[in-house]
Amino acid sequence: MFGNLFKKKRYLFDDEGTMVFDMAHSTGKYYDEAMKKLEVESYQGDEMVVNMGPQHPSTHGVLRLELVLDGEVVKKTTPHIGYLHRNFEKHAENIGYNEVIPFCDRIDYLASMNQDMAYALAVEKLIGLSDLPEKVEYMRVLTCELNRIASHLVAIGTFGLDVGAFTPFLWAFRDREKIMDLFEWLSGARLLYNYIWVGGLAREVPDGWFEKVREFLDYFGPKMVEFDKLLSTNHIFIARTAEVGILAPDLAVSYGCTGPVLRGSGIKWDLRKDEPYSYYDRFDFDVPVGAGELGQLGSVLDRYLVRIREIDESVKIIRQVLEGIEPFKDQDVKAAIPKKIRPAAGAEVYVRSETPRGELGFLIRSDGSDVPFRVKARSPCFSNISVIDNISRGGMIADLVVIIGSLDIVLGCIDR
Amino acid sequence: MTPEQIHIKLHEKFDDHILEFNVEALDPYVKIDPAKIYEVATFLRQTSELDFTALMCLSGMDYGVDENLGVVYNLHSIQHNHRITIRVDLSRENPTLPSVETIWRTADWHEREAFDLLGIRFEGHRDLRRILCPDDWEGYPLRKDYIVQEFYKGIRVPYQEDWMKYETLEKNPERGNFVFQFESKVPELIESAKNGNNSDHKPEGSTDG
Repeated sequence: MFGNLFKKKRYLFDDEGTMVFDMAHSTGKYYDEAMKKLEVESYQGDEMVVNMGPQHPSTHGVLRLELVLDGEVVKKTTPHIGYLHRNFEKHAENIGYNEVIPFCDRIDYLASMNQDMAYALAVEKLIGLSDLPEKVEYMRVLTCELNRIASHLVAIGTFGLDVGAFTPFLWAFRDREKIMDLFEWLSGARLLYNYIWVGGLAREVPDGWFEKVREFLDYFGPKMVEFDKLLSTNHIFIARTAEVGILAPDLAVSYGCTGPVLRGSGIKWDLRKDEPYSYYDRFDFDVPVGAGELGQLGSVLDRYLVRIREIDESVKIIRQVLEGIEPFKDQDVKAAIPKKIRPAAGAEVYVRSETPRGELGFLIRSDGSDVPFRVKARSPCFSNISVIDNISRGGMIADLVVIIGSLDIVLGCIDR
Repeated sequence: MTPEQIHIKLHEKFDDHILEFNVEALDPYVKIDPAKIYEVATFLRQTSELDFTALMCLSGMDYGVDENLGVVYNLHSIQHNHRITIRVDLSRENPTLPSVETIWRTADWHEREAFDLLGIRFEGHRDLRRILCPDDWEGYPLRKDYIVQEFYKGIRVPYQEDWMKYETLEKNPERGNFVFQFESKVPELIESAKNGNNSDHKPEGSTDG
């Protein structure tokens, strides 16, 4: 059977023991022939092609999946994306460096701070701007980590919804609301902040804001323990997730998966730790990775657990920021903002940073004017979702919903 | 390994096909012959001292209306924690180069994206379709000389700043569906402004809605 072959035989060998077919990396001498044979075999019998999305509630947006099904078993998944395509890159070629930032907000609208941060880092490297005021750097880390918590809360809340648990979703949104309020007070917006600018921040921190952050952390700690008890140790939840959507580590690297999807497969790779930017090298925190304690390594559950643990690490970082920022509270956050951004002609830079969904990279090229010549956004979700065909084959269609939830995609991020 | 050492290793192996090496750039890069990209990529991926496991980013480039197109590969090795940028230049008339999607699976969708937005053709890619734009979209949006098509499935595509200029809805005989067949009413507006009327003035013969 087609499904069994993909589930069990990832490799085919000839008589001499040479690998001729490698499903995972789609390579090997006879890959095309083997695929053709499998395709011919696969369309015999009771198989049908079913369209899932783009308005399906569990695809987390306008994602369309073309499924080949045999009963309830998924034989093949072909994702079709682009329903939310706004060509951010073309827009960016026509507006000034600063004006791109509100568009960056809209790439991944659940973690706008992290997107702004990535873009600001790239432009700062392009124009050689360093030594920002300490307050700016601390505030950037603080807002990014708060946004990471908010984004992960949506991820795990909707993931609970995907496996049929409704309460965690409500709890997660209740706590996220508090972060939204903090950001609203800080930047004036609840979702698209436009707060981190090149060389500084858009607004001064309001009086009493840090106290409110501290209050939030004190409130949030016990709530997270409660959340963990409710969902993570639930028997039905574990049974649904621990053996599903196995993503092998080599496969994850080859497909360019990053963030919790990569770390769920047991690879300890986090840009905050391995290529520290901003002040991340000053803080003490761990990088949680999946270990497959309750099932197989790289399962849906591992990715979920990595997110849960990352929330705790973010809380740890925020507490350290609140201590570290004390002596610098009187600094001007707009002091280092450049009057004019005009990088040298032909300068090009690729800078990546860790957003809640993985590595967001910006490749920016300048032609010497104050408008970028080319901006390429390498979005994490774009690479993460491309692995879905490989990890959903041979599983049930209900598992596919769980797998999509575990990849934590945002369609704005995929389509840009 | 430093970029210099990586360049030396590449130069030993590929000699004439390495066209340029720039270490002063913000991201040190090696420019190579596009026809050799598959061999170079295989070498970078499979040599144990280099071991570039991850293709961080693959970007198509357009260097200007009369200039070349190009592709930029940003590579990174998780094991050795070193990185290098590989660049190729392609002619505008025939932007074709071998695909590397069998070496890094990341390249699969990124090459489709470069094909979709810049019209760069990757030979040997097994599924080179448009990915972000619709299949029947015309032209390549990220090219510097791109002109957006006027209609897509009966919908006017270019954004018109002054919608006041247009008002009537008619059936397009060629396409058989309804499109906005626009008719300028700017002269009447100017005239009415001259006469001191307010801007809500409707010219004669216009239909409501």
